[in-house]
Amino acid sequence: MYTKDGESYFIVDAHVALWDARPENQRNIHGKQFIDCFYDYHRNLSPESEVWSYEEYLYQGGDRLMKDLFQDGYVDHAIFQPAYLNEFYETGFGQSEEASALAKAHPDKLTYNHNFDPRNGEEGLDQLRADAERFGLKGVKLYTAEWHGDSRGWKLDDPWARRYFELCRELGITNIHVHKGPTIRPLDRDAFDVADIDHVASDFTDLNFIVEHVGLPRLEDFCWIATQEPNVHGGLAVAMPFIHTRPRYFAQILGELLYWIGEDRIQFASDYAIWTPKWLVERFVDFQIPQDMTEYGPITTAQKKKILGLNAAKMYDLDVPADLRLPDAEEPATGPRQPEQADLAKV
Amino acid sequence: MTVAHILAPTLEEGARAALGAVVDPELDEPITDLGFVRSLEVDGHDVVVHLRLPTSFCSPSFAYLMASDAKDALTALPWTGRVVVALDDHHDSDLINAGLAADAGYRGTFRHEAEQDLEGLRTTFRRKAHTAAMERCLTALLRSQPDRDVTSLGAVTLADLPSGEHTEALRRRRAALGLPDDPVALVMVDHDGHGYPPEEVPLRLRRARSTRISIDGNAHFCRGLLRTRYPGSEADQAPRHDDPVFIPLTTLQAPKEHTT
Repeated sequence: MYTKDGESYFIVDAHVALWDARPENQRNIHGKQFIDCFYDYHRNLSPESEVWSYEEYLYQGGDRLMKDLFQDGYVDHAIFQPAYLNEFYETGFGQSEEASALAKAHPDKLTYNHNFDPRNGEEGLDQLRADAERFGLKGVKLYTAEWHGDSRGWKLDDPWARRYFELCRELGITNIHVHKGPTIRPLDRDAFDVADIDHVASDFTDLNFIVEHVGLPRLEDFCWIATQEPNVHGGLAVAMPFIHTRPRYFAQILGELLYWIGEDRIQFASDYAIWTPKWLVERFVDFQIPQDMTEYGPITTAQKKKILGLNAAKMYDLDVPADLRLPDAEEPATGPRQPEQADLAKV
Repeated sequence: MTVAHILAPTLEEGARAALGAVVDPELDEPITDLGFVRSLEVDGHDVVVHLRLPTSFCSPSFAYLMASDAKDALTALPWTGRVVVALDDHHDSDLINAGLAADAGYRGTFRHEAEQDLEGLRTTFRRKAHTAAMERCLTALLRSQPDRDVTSLGAVTLADLPSGEHTEALRRRRAALGLPDDPVALVMVDHDGHGYPPEEVPLRLRRARSTRISIDGNAHFCRGLLRTRYPGSEADQAPRHDDPVFIPLTTLQAPKEHTT
């Protein structure tokens, strides 16, 4: 919970990780390259006071995570979105055992989502059944650029992926978090393209597809498919810290999202441990769209409350104190929102 | 710098100018402006270039495109002999560098991961670059003419645009798509040159704007990451066109000598 100026905000951090990138867990050079890439994200976009040492960054452990999120970070509930990356790390990148045990010990504070890889075929389907039962899964995190033998990527509308979504439906795994990455098969295509999300969102209307990083680096393609599909949502992981380094760019991202998909389908995330939630929550509550950006309306307190927690809380059936809840906006299910704000505009 | 030197650029300057024609398709900027050229050495007719990218995990297809375009641009110079282009510190450096050295082409380099070629990918990003350039021109027009009706933008022609950097950039991107350059040509068109009915114009402009914001945002992020990854690389980056104009205090105190 975060309170400022008499307003209280229920905070859900919809994308956190408990990773182990220490050298002893690195399988090869790519394990080092991957965490170094994350560390550069962290150093590049964090305020100086929030920058960690490289050693701290390699591994945090459960105690540190609990402190950073719940003691210091105002977070009421956080959702693990583990990346597997078994080709880079001995026990994977996201630590399933440690994270799921932590979630089991603190069910009021933590939800554990797991992952699957459709390239595992029938065996993977059995594994997903077992994982759903073991972890009580409501959601999964999918990374389409995961390396797997001689394949370095897959698409959500691959025939095998559809089999997995059918099983998700059966098992009550309704929240499909999707993270696009730099590789795909074949490499001829744009690996970050989100058209496959469009296809499966149309076919599996009873599943929620949360596009992490709001489709970045393809924000425009994400906005375009999400405005047409009421079950496509945007996760703000990685977009959030621009609030510090490039606030005008952050304002544009937010302005575009509010225009194309509306206030009820955007979810806050710190992407812990890439960044920590404390400063992001504080900055976001203080944030306003600059006045000279007349192409966007100002962001309201109610919109901030929804983005910071109420939207994800609704998706995950979290218990929000009655006085902090808000009704959905009276907006169309598809198509641009606040079209009257469209632009500089005299139409 | 002597007058003779200006009149007869060195081979190294010629090689650098050739690399200036190599563009990062996603960011729509020359690799020389982005700071992606780490080093350039000319020894007689031999040229050795090292490229660097903002992360080890930049898309290998884009990395390959830039590296192979760089090699092609240098090889096409009349005086070059042996040309070596090497991509540093990338997860696919070994694969890409071996492919470049052997002139294996895209399919020869990525083998089972390649299906046809990267021309479709290139086209996708040429179209995005055009959309963004179009939006820059039209939004600038809208801001300079506050009483203008948005729907009227659908009828704006190239002749209606003020001359300047945005318009020149748009014309170059139109040329890359084979779109007409005559003064009566419509500005607001799709990649095939088709215009939009007035009622569609506001939404199309908004969509074009999201494309422009996306490209600009990526460019700033990638530039920043390169500076974080390679301290000192900021000296090799030219300001991006949408950067706010400001004169850094350090420049005022100690003017740098410009060598190009």
